[in-house]
Amino acid sequence: MLKDRTAIVGVGQTAFAKSLDLSETELAVEAILAALDDAGIDPGEVDGLVEYSLETTDEVDLARNLGAGDITFFGEVGYGGGAGCGVVGHAALGVASGQCDVAVAWRSRKRGAAASRPWVQAGQGRAAAPGALPRAADWHRPWGLLRPVDQIAMLARRYMHEYGATRDHFANVALAVRGHANHNPRALMHDRPLTREQYFAARWISEPLCLFDNCLESDGALAVVVVSADRARDCRQPPAYIHAFGQGFHRQHQVMANYHAVDPLLGPSWACARALWRHADFGAGDVDVAQLYDAFTPLIPLSLEGYGFCGRGEGAAFTEGGALEWPAGALPVNTSGGGLSEAYVHGFNLVVEGVRQMRGTSTCQVDGAQTCLVTSGEGVPTSALLLRR
Amino acid sequence: MLPLESPDTAGYFEGGRLGELRVQACLACGRLRHPPCPVCPWCHATQREWRAVSGRGRIWSFIVPHPPLLPGFTELAPYNVVLVELDEDPTIRITGQLVERVGASPSTLDPATIVIGAPVRAVFHLVEDVGFLQWVRDDVEGEGRP
Repeated sequence: MLKDRTAIVGVGQTAFAKSLDLSETELAVEAILAALDDAGIDPGEVDGLVEYSLETTDEVDLARNLGAGDITFFGEVGYGGGAGCGVVGHAALGVASGQCDVAVAWRSRKRGAAASRPWVQAGQGRAAAPGALPRAADWHRPWGLLRPVDQIAMLARRYMHEYGATRDHFANVALAVRGHANHNPRALMHDRPLTREQYFAARWISEPLCLFDNCLESDGALAVVVVSADRARDCRQPPAYIHAFGQGFHRQHQVMANYHAVDPLLGPSWACARALWRHADFGAGDVDVAQLYDAFTPLIPLSLEGYGFCGRGEGAAFTEGGALEWPAGALPVNTSGGGLSEAYVHGFNLVVEGVRQMRGTSTCQVDGAQTCLVTSGEGVPTSALLLRR
Repeated sequence: MLPLESPDTAGYFEGGRLGELRVQACLACGRLRHPPCPVCPWCHATQREWRAVSGRGRIWSFIVPHPPLLPGFTELAPYNVVLVELDEDPTIRITGQLVERVGASPSTLDPATIVIGAPVRAVFHLVEDVGFLQWVRDDVEGEGRP
């Protein structure tokens, strides 16, 4: 069992921006070196590497640029934003099982430029370019269901219909997360307050979702270092212990356009949550702060339900009364600004913010926080981490 | 953008040219599945066919995309995309666009009139060599064959 046997001891990141000059390889190395320095570990000691399958820099090139030692454990986790907690969890499994001693996980991503997005590159002729997208896309794209926002908007509309969720609920999410970004100098939206009036005046992207229901598109990289709990006690920073790790997708799942399962609103988070809580000594009611994957605002109520903070269909109502807002809310969520307002780096900034909460160094620090849930993409095969001090 | 015909989906496209909606069905247990896949998830048989269904269903959800979009869709926007659950099996949900009549553009239909649960039926019109699926409200007259 993984429980508390490993810890995140180093975190690092680059600046976030709409456009950075450095390549994804350079950004990755910058973030990883910063994480190793944070931990007080020499790059030559790195012997484990786990990356998103969407990384453009493979393990070999990364290790070479990093000056890593002999690598004895490496792997990739797929499905884009579903992989964030997955790469950290696999790194922890590598360390806990003795396959490596110092494991690094990271995400480096440049998507600030409009032409860089997969839905644009997937081809504009007949159907999708071979291999560019899952074949299921062939049954959606010809009718103009093109973008991730279209895929999630379809689920969001049904969710509103079934449970009485409204755009005000989605606005609750957007405003809470933006408020947190306004405290975080690293956040792209640090200087940009958002009002409910601005939310409702914003242009549509895919009805029922407007501009502020969408995450940012940005350039940046982040990294974490995972070692054993024994080693963690000798590192520079207070350890953020990995209490539990889960991955999951549900029966008959389809990536993003998840309309073909028997019950499409029971998304991957439900399967992942079962794997996660099975290994934990505490439950959702004991989570002090959460970093929930927020590529789109409706994913937050869906995740609140999946991970057990409320009953099915109650996620939207959970957002009422400032429940997600630091410092007074019952469950402060995405305390760095998340993908909606800090930067969208496939959710890896959520992992790093979870570590900051356990160290007590967040710009929206939850007083006395002992536990943090971090989740990855809802709507794709996903993953989650429970961190504790 | 038109769907791409392949040996695996030839039966679907043949149906479109004849004006009938076809869904992959297992020849062993009879269950429908969509999108198609080579092995039945329920009984593991590989024998399969493209089976004609009634083409009738109900709107499960819908969206109205706005730019930025791809060329060909930018000019249509805002347009609707509906997901229709079939009468034969409501867990089979098929993507399309709701139009006033067969061959009409989805951008001429007022999205404010689209209602989840509304009964609709499949129609097809010929675009190049493809019988292209559209959905009309079930009280709209017409054959819906290309």
